[in-house]
Amino acid sequence: MLYVSDSPHIHSADSTHLMMWHVFVAMLPMFVVSILFFGLSALIITLTSVVCCCLFQWVIERFVFHRPSMVGDGSAVVTGMLLAFNVPATPSMYWIIIIGALVSMGIGKMAFGGLGHNPFNPALVGRVFMLISFPVQMTTWPVAKQWISGQVDAMTGPTPLGLIKETIANGGTIADVSSQLPSWGSYVLGSMGGSLGEVSALAIIAGGVYLLCCKVITWRIPVSFIGAAFLLSGLLWLVDADMYLDPLHTLLSGGLLLGAFFMATDMVTSPMSHSGQLVFGIGCGLLTVVIRTWGAYPEGVSFAILLMNAVTPLINKGFRPKRFSA
Amino acid sequence: MLKTFAIGGIHPSDNKLAANQPIEYLPLPQQVVVMMSQHIGAPAVSLVEPGDKVLVGQLIGEGKAFMSANIHSPVSGVVTKVDMCRDIAGMPKPAVYINVEGDEWLSTIDRSPEIKYECNLDPSQVFDKIKEMGIVGLGGATFPTHIKYAANDDRNIDYLIVNGVECEPYLTADSRLLVEHATEICIAIDIVRQARGIAHAAIGIEANKPEAIALMTQVAGRFESLEVVPLKMKYPQGAEKQLIYAITHRRVPSGKLPIDVGCIISNAGTMFAIYEALQKNKPLFERVVTVTGKGVKTQHNYKVRVGTSIKSLVEFSIGEIPGSVGKIISGGPMMGKAIFNLDAPTTKGMGGVLIMNESESVRQEETTCIRCGKCLNACPMGLEPYLFSALVRHERYAEARQRNILDCIECGSCAYSCPAHKPLTSEIRLGKAKVRAMMPKK
Ligand code: SF4
Ligand code: SF4
Repeated sequence: MLYVSDSPHIHSADSTHLMMWHVFVAMLPMFVVSILFFGLSALIITLTSVVCCCLFQWVIERFVFHRPSMVGDGSAVVTGMLLAFNVPATPSMYWIIIIGALVSMGIGKMAFGGLGHNPFNPALVGRVFMLISFPVQMTTWPVAKQWISGQVDAMTGPTPLGLIKETIANGGTIADVSSQLPSWGSYVLGSMGGSLGEVSALAIIAGGVYLLCCKVITWRIPVSFIGAAFLLSGLLWLVDADMYLDPLHTLLSGGLLLGAFFMATDMVTSPMSHSGQLVFGIGCGLLTVVIRTWGAYPEGVSFAILLMNAVTPLINKGFRPKRFSA
Repeated sequence: MLKTFAIGGIHPSDNKLAANQPIEYLPLPQQVVVMMSQHIGAPAVSLVEPGDKVLVGQLIGEGKAFMSANIHSPVSGVVTKVDMCRDIAGMPKPAVYINVEGDEWLSTIDRSPEIKYECNLDPSQVFDKIKEMGIVGLGGATFPTHIKYAANDDRNIDYLIVNGVECEPYLTADSRLLVEHATEICIAIDIVRQARGIAHAAIGIEANKPEAIALMTQVAGRFESLEVVPLKMKYPQGAEKQLIYAITHRRVPSGKLPIDVGCIISNAGTMFAIYEALQKNKPLFERVVTVTGKGVKTQHNYKVRVGTSIKSLVEFSIGEIPGSVGKIISGGPMMGKAIFNLDAPTTKGMGGVLIMNESESVRQEETTCIRCGKCLNACPMGLEPYLFSALVRHERYAEARQRNILDCIECGSCAYSCPAHKPLTSEIRLGKAKVRAMMPKK
């Protein structure tokens, strides 16, 4: 018995499952770093988040959609990890993250029909929901264990961006707080205040490079995102260094790298053509700086990406691939 | 930097398992079934009747229509019937059945191995001869060659491009010809180029064939205005429009032909057939066929008389077809056709028989589109396959046409790349047929 089908008769090794697996692997360095710095609480939050995301998707597919569950494709695991990486490692998150997971999967993803149909990055939908509903818990940050300097006790401190926003709102200048900003070394290796996943730039970049090598993402969104944020913040900084944060701090704080490599690049919610991806990244970068500088929240990455998610269908229409035989 | 085409493309592993197997002659079969339509256009009209004795190379079908080609007997023997046969898809096609007796060639065919450089035909005779000898494009399209080169076409042509790319994985028939018959191929290119009054000739070869590139470069140096262009390995490098762009940087506009940008393009195998036709008086009745696959122990490049049944070709090559075989393809894995009817005869356009294992043969189940854009970035024509898929499923053909679905060359790159395993190329094929059916008849 022979099969008959039309061409092509071969397929690349690529599959949705494999791409999700690559994203998972790319997030492992962040996961390890978060456990190193925040200890058990990071582990509990991440596991809770992943388990809840998978569970909620499964329940909705089984009992609402009455169809076989697609949990196996791994996208719920990825969302769960990303969600966890976007919250502070405090004990109150142990239960808040469950609500975040429900919103992520229920409203962010399944309400639209599941993977591939959701216009917004589900993890960001969950995160923004938590940020608005639990503003205090979501912005109380434990300082990561200062294992470099020997300090081991976790303590609560504002993130660098929150600190600056507050100071400027009270009429101070950046110079007043510069001594309280984390050192460059702690940005790169970790140990500054912030969410689980954003403490170490090195871990994020390592994961990003892995994604690039596996061709899960292209360089266009991260590079244009980071580049646009760098340029705009650099321009503002040149205009008035007292009022505006310098571009390097801008890039290394507030989850910008995490957003640029892992959130904005979510294939479902970002444009498909090369030119569209550049437009998307530039939009994310500019909006991030604008929201951080003039908006009510100290951090703008999540909102910027969600806003750009909303215009992705438009970008897909406006920036089509260049036709060969035009 | 090696030359290549502008956008898109994929990198499937090339699996040229038979690359180092010299061309062997397949023993004569006991019977051949010679299809009267082995080319694009009207079938040839049979000139023989049951009981007729024929010689190798004798004209048995005449291409009477404008778009048609002559058919010659590939064997000597007795015509047993003139009837329908079934092609690889199982469709009925007119054919001549011949029982093989001995191997007696027409005396006009020069069977000596000697290479003949001089051609004393004048230009119009060259193309008449090509027509007489039943030459068609051997790259798979089987377009009658004499029509392509029709000398009374007054468009200015300044590039003769020869396709030695063979970008389909597995296939090695052309690359063997390039290595074993480099001189003959160059001679044919030179004759055709001069006869048609074309300024430049270039032969494109992919970088995975260094032996062919080195040899051809050496041989081509002895001819005027013949350039060998090594090309980057990327599929579909051998697609007409992509190859023309790689070599000349010209873009064939939508709905136009190579000739509209001053190019004529022929396959390297076709050039060898032209050499034999012009210099040896030998009609096109045999060709090189690669018989290959991961699941088979031996890989071969056979010279096969057309009309030999595919089954006997495969069985001679690998013995009894094992149960582990899942699919047998005429042509390469990207654009070839799965064979439904193994008893079908081989034809002029069949460059390879690819035998696939059961495990390679089954398509994975389709999941939802994750909007990753891989299909769109793989497309060498700059189209949006995912969009066509959605439009075709919703029967929105007018929109599909507006988004240039007819530009699609059916190369399969999109479906190959899609992580959701969507049958994109199949859907686009359907969409194209629907769009064409909607268009006003010319
Ligand atoms: S099959 Fe058509 S749509 Fe798909 S990649 Fe090839 S040219 Fe593009
Ligand atoms: S490659 Fe497949 S999954 Fe990706 S956008 Fe195209 S159709 Fe969708």
